[in-house]
Order: sequence, then structure tokens, then C-alpha cells
Amino acid sequence: MWIYEKKLQYPVRVSKCDPRMARYLIEQYGGADGELSAALRYLNQRYTIPDKVIGLLTDIGTEEFAHLEMIATMVYKLTKDATPEQLEAAGLGPHFVNHDHALFYHNAAGVPWTAAYIQAKGDPIADLYEDIAAEEKARATYQWLIDYTDDVDLQDSLKFLREREIVHSLRFKEAVEILKADREQKKVF
Amino acid sequence: MYDSQWRDWKPYVSPNDPCPPIRVKWYIVPPNLFIPFQPMNLPQFPPEEALRRGTLWPALYSPYTSRRSVKGGKPNG
Amino acid sequence: MAEYNNREERADPPKSKRAENADRNDHSAYCADLEELQAVDFALVELTLYLDTHPMDMQAVQQFNQLVQRRQQLAAAFEMKHGPLMQFGHSYSRFPWQWVDTPWPWQV
Repeated sequence: MWIYEKKLQYPVRVSKCDPRMARYLIEQYGGADGELSAALRYLNQRYTIPDKVIGLLTDIGTEEFAHLEMIATMVYKLTKDATPEQLEAAGLGPHFVNHDHALFYHNAAGVPWTAAYIQAKGDPIADLYEDIAAEEKARATYQWLIDYTDDVDLQDSLKFLREREIVHSLRFKEAVEILKADREQKKVF
Repeated sequence: MYDSQWRDWKPYVSPNDPCPPIRVKWYIVPPNLFIPFQPMNLPQFPPEEALRRGTLWPALYSPYTSRRSVKGGKPNG
Repeated sequence: MAEYNNREERADPPKSKRAENADRNDHSAYCADLEELQAVDFALVELTLYLDTHPMDMQAVQQFNQLVQRRQQLAAAFEMKHGPLMQFGHSYSRFPWQWVDTPWPWQV
């Protein structure tokens, strides 16, 4: 069951009016390595993963929705007051013609989101390795986004999101260790 | 301390390259590569700082500065 | 809050400087309260993920429960001032129904 909390996980401030950035940020909204992919991937895998790690997948999946909301907030703030001319100059003309100021799940190139971006093999090791890879890819994408803007406030939120990916990656690696359940090896706690 | 999270390498430069070559490239090795399983009782940031940094634990923190040279980050040299 | 299309822009009557400053102060107070709650909630998220893979760390469970208590106090105070945080009965409401009030998180 999901309950929504009416607050962002982390404050999002955007200081520069730069709709161009919205076009790139949308990559983390509806892109292959974005937050929607992450949330749906983990929340779907959790039905058939071994019991010991269901909690982790549920919790990280839920947190990814909070991150999706942060990206949406950034895009919303950058585009809500933009004129059609400004949006076109920012490369968002095709988006605007279809969606006006509405957000939509597509990547920076306009390719709509697809379930082909995620996988659930039913094999817990395969699933967890996909999750680790997804977190590393998201981390890298945040690095490129940080490189792309000189808005310090926007960078601040992106750095937060990048750090979360690093922590998630570690937790998935720990999940692998838990599933290895190596009886000879003394677990170093 | 955090500078140790960067590694560099020198890509091959050909005399036939059309564009000015980038001689040094950088990549990050984040802390999760070196911690297979987080040990107990690691020191923690205070809550406000933890929020800012994106993690409770300094051991897991990975700073990233923009590689735009105007920001003083690590531009590809 | 009604959205006006650029083509039919109807300006609200201009606010006095004092009213504008009051708005800004309210907003700053709201953001400060929000950040305090976000900090505690973030620690709880971090600890939750950690405990998901370290279920036997007793000290962490204790820290978690202490933070839960602090969180409940902070959230109750926040909701008294700024309205409900959760729907479906996880928060109370005054009259008229508060859940539909602005600002929503992406508007702040």
C-alpha cells in the first residue's frame, strides 16, 4: 500500500531561469537510467526476490519515487513560466507541441519511456546485479548533468541525488552478500 | 581525503587526430567499490549535514565538482 | 491556485510592500520548518536502508527508534502550523479539508 507524503525528500532550488536544462533533466525522469526506471524495476523485482531482501527493494523503490518527484520539481520550475518561444529555443519545441507545459515520461532525446528499460529475470543474482548497474549508470548520469549546469542550487540537488545512488549501490551489493550466505566466511559486521 | 576518489588515464593520441587532443581523462571510484559490507558503528554526520551531503556516513560520502573549468573542477586536460 | 494562461493574464491586485514581506517571511519560516523535518526524515530513510541489510545491529535499531520519537514530535508541530503531510488518515485535518491546500511540494 502506498501513502504519499506531501513534502520533497530534499529541498529543490533552481536559481537560473534556464529551460534548456529541463530538456536534459528529463533524462532522469523518463530515461533508461532514470528514477522511474529505478522505482518500477525494484518494486517489480521485489515480488519474487528471496524474502531477506524484499524490504530493501521495497524501500529503495519507494525512495526512487521521491527522487522522481524531485526531478519533476526541477523540470516544473524551469518550464512553468516559459513562453513557447523560450521552450523552442531550449530545444523543447517538439515536447511543447505535444504536451504544452505538462511533463511526460521521455528521455532527453524525446524517446518515450518503455518497460524495455527494466528487467526482472527471476534470478536474484541477475536481478541484483542489474540493480547495482542501474545505480552506477544513474550516478554517472547525474555527474554529466552536474557538469552541464552552472546553477549552484540545481547542482546541490543533483549532488544529493548522485550520493543516494552511491548508497543504493552499496546496499544492493550488501544484498548480494546476504544471498551468498557463505557459511564458511565469517561475516564482518 | 576525497581526492583519492579520482583516477586518471592517458588516452592514446594520434598524430592524425583532427581535433586538439585531450591528454588526461578522469573517472571516479566511489566509496561503494571499497566497502563490500558496511561495518557497524561507523561515525555519522549530524542530521542537517547528513541531509546536505546525501548520506549519514562520511565513509560513504563522495564529493563531485563539476568538470566545467570555470568551476575549478577537474577538466579533462 | 488557478493557473492563468499567458494570453489572458489577469494580474492579482498589487500587494503592499508590507504584505509582500510578510509573505516572504512566512515562506522562509515554512522552508526552515520543512528542512528541519527533512533532516530527521532523511536520517530515518538512511537508517532504514542500513537496517534492511543489517537487521542485527542493535545500536542502530535503538538510534532509529529514538529518531522516530523525535520525528513524531517534529511532524506533529509541523502539521499544526502548516497542515497535513499525509493522506488517508495518517494525518488529521481541520475544517475546511486541508489536504487540497497549496503549496504542493513542487511548487514550494
